[in-house]
Amino acid sequence: MAGTATAPASSSRGRRPGRDSSSGVVPGTVKSPTAVSPLTAYLFLAPYLVLFAMFVLAPILYGLWISLHDWDFLLPGKPFVGLQNYIDLFTPGSTVSGPFWSSMRATAIFTVLSVPIIVVLPLLVAVPLARKFPGRNFFRAVIFAPYVLGVAVIGILWRYLLDPNVGVLASMLDRVGLDSPPWLTDTPWVWGALVIPTIWWTLGYNMVIFLAGLQDISRELYEAAEMDGASPIQQFFNVTLPGLRPVLIFVVTITLLASANLFGQSYIITQGQPGRETRSAIMQIAEEGLARFNMGSSAAMSTILTLCLLLISLVMLSFTRERDAK
Amino acid sequence: MEHNGLGDTSALNLTRRGVLGLGAALGVGAAVSACGGGSSTPPGAGAGANIGEGAYEGEKVTLAFWNGFTGGDGAFMKEMVKTFNTETENIEVQMNTLEWGDFYSKVPNAVASGAGPDVAAMHVDQVGTNAARRVIMSLDDFTGPMELQEDDFAETVWKAGIYDGQRYAIPLDVHPLAFYYNNKLLQQGGVSEPPKDRESWEAALTGMKSKGVEYPFWATATWPAHLIFISLLGQFGGSLYDEEAAKATFASAEGVEALEWYASHVEKGFSPKNVANDAQAQAFRQGRDAMTWDGIWMMNEWAKVQGLDWGASPLPQIGDEPAVWASSHQLVIMQQRQADENKLHAARDFIKYLSDNSIEWAKSGQIPARNSVRESDEFAALEVQSTLAEQLDYVIFPPTVPGIGDVTAPTFEQAVNTVVLGKADAKTALEDAAKKADALLEDNRKKYSA
Repeated sequence: MAGTATAPASSSRGRRPGRDSSSGVVPGTVKSPTAVSPLTAYLFLAPYLVLFAMFVLAPILYGLWISLHDWDFLLPGKPFVGLQNYIDLFTPGSTVSGPFWSSMRATAIFTVLSVPIIVVLPLLVAVPLARKFPGRNFFRAVIFAPYVLGVAVIGILWRYLLDPNVGVLASMLDRVGLDSPPWLTDTPWVWGALVIPTIWWTLGYNMVIFLAGLQDISRELYEAAEMDGASPIQQFFNVTLPGLRPVLIFVVTITLLASANLFGQSYIITQGQPGRETRSAIMQIAEEGLARFNMGSSAAMSTILTLCLLLISLVMLSFTRERDAK
Repeated sequence: MEHNGLGDTSALNLTRRGVLGLGAALGVGAAVSACGGGSSTPPGAGAGANIGEGAYEGEKVTLAFWNGFTGGDGAFMKEMVKTFNTETENIEVQMNTLEWGDFYSKVPNAVASGAGPDVAAMHVDQVGTNAARRVIMSLDDFTGPMELQEDDFAETVWKAGIYDGQRYAIPLDVHPLAFYYNNKLLQQGGVSEPPKDRESWEAALTGMKSKGVEYPFWATATWPAHLIFISLLGQFGGSLYDEEAAKATFASAEGVEALEWYASHVEKGFSPKNVANDAQAQAFRQGRDAMTWDGIWMMNEWAKVQGLDWGASPLPQIGDEPAVWASSHQLVIMQQRQADENKLHAARDFIKYLSDNSIEWAKSGQIPARNSVRESDEFAALEVQSTLAEQLDYVIFPPTVPGIGDVTAPTFEQAVNTVVLGKADAKTALEDAAKKADALLEDNRKKYSA
């Protein structure tokens, strides 16, 4: 908000003709005592920028460069192929396009199925847990607990729970005379085998963020609403939700990005079955680059995935902007 | 990169430091491409020729030995390394174990950056790839002083270590599929002895099914289903690839017959549907699966289960000829940027020691590649291993062609999966897979000949 207030003022000042030359002649007269050189800001940002350049920007640029080559870092020849890796990905019938787009499809299905639940459910859990009552911390801890486990642990755990022939769930269903659905090997069940463990696993993390957001909503707003006769449900929609808006957008964005990076669950629980239907984009990229050592085409795949995620993030960001403009 | 202490010379450090001194973005690029090495003659080539005969007697050296023995086999290898270290004063071997999947993606990086192992074990289908990518070095100069030659090994496994006319690997073992059975369930079904051919196999299934064994053979759709397919394909007279490994041939009539036969267990109700990841092994442990085809290394898993009365024998011959899938762990020496003759000499001694003493390794559920070890009384005393060693004459190895290991998963492994799950018919699935395999083989040829 502060930014929007000052930005127009400074830009209009910059546009005024003649100002630059006069300030160049007698800088001391223009500068107010508190004004600092614009370089100071960059100086303070420098440590971050250096790390960002080294570990984010440089690898991204290097990845783009690799994606323009037929690249195996151990082979002497790394011929420059221009956009061929990208063209191959968009050419139906090439060795890479089929597997890649089917993996993108799997990732998209998983994201669409999981994100709404992983956003709404933690919110519904966070609202009661934000109140003070005995045992509150216990419930918070219990719900957060799965998040501390690694993906390998939850993967193997759920694989044994869900296995239709030797699993725990199958044996329980068997006792009441029911057959277990083929969770690990057939659609649409496999999506359940990916989404359900993910909800159980990450519920607590989003809940904690919502809890923090809930604490930021002023108590007085609720009191005022109550005085106006708002029911708890009306309070939720008219006080809580608007108050959580920035937090909500943040949670949706990070959940989207995390879901789009699906790897461990489908690698361990369904192993991509049936056929290769639940292989995620990251699995495909890893196989292409690290098992088949085609880093060029693997980098091209990553670039396309990154662009998709960037687009999603920009859309989400535009929601925050809209609000600020009002 | 700075963390390695392995065969680094100061000259090498200097160039690295120079590289790191460049701008950040440029530096990352340059450092990684420097790792690739640009010269056409590998720096370590021929280094083995200068090492003297006999055992290493120089100053004390440390060898890094990497492998993927993460299961029960790791303990046996650790024990062998320990014994070698106590028996050999001037060589200290440090063993590092990582998952095979990680192993094959990390080792090339590690070797390229100078932080890799000196010696490693790898599967036979990876030897060609790693030789072509110069991760491992030619051992042509090593076999003479090691006093190892073709006659000392089972022929197929010895030949599998040759790539492009040069030897790159010394075979340690052979590990084929095995046929395991539950004695109690066979008996219950009135089966007097484990089936050996198609007729007795099918009689055993019907016998057990009629006597209350709900599912006598759990036909898994995942690992090791594609290894079972390779075995059956060979038995019906087919092959995975043509002789130059240029074209896939598994979609032949033999391939379709092999896959249909395997998948028919599900259709006929001898196997439950949707047998996934490990379920068949779990069922065999629980005494619910009467017969299973799995790797020889699983024998130690069954032995751990109390009260499980099991036996092992060669795969029954379903088709016209005997055949079985097998792989082999092969010992290799890494291609260092700067060859260290002392280490090469020590590595040669270590590999020879492992080969000479592979009877210890056999106990982990392996068949030694060395004839002298396999023909020893000690090996004959290992009942399961020596029974399964009968299969050695007809094992099927993949061709030693670079990139061949990566063709498996997206092609026939996937086809086997979808057919066993009942989502595709064998002919279409295999033909689609063969088309994909042809394209991948073509890609590999282009890539590794460039």
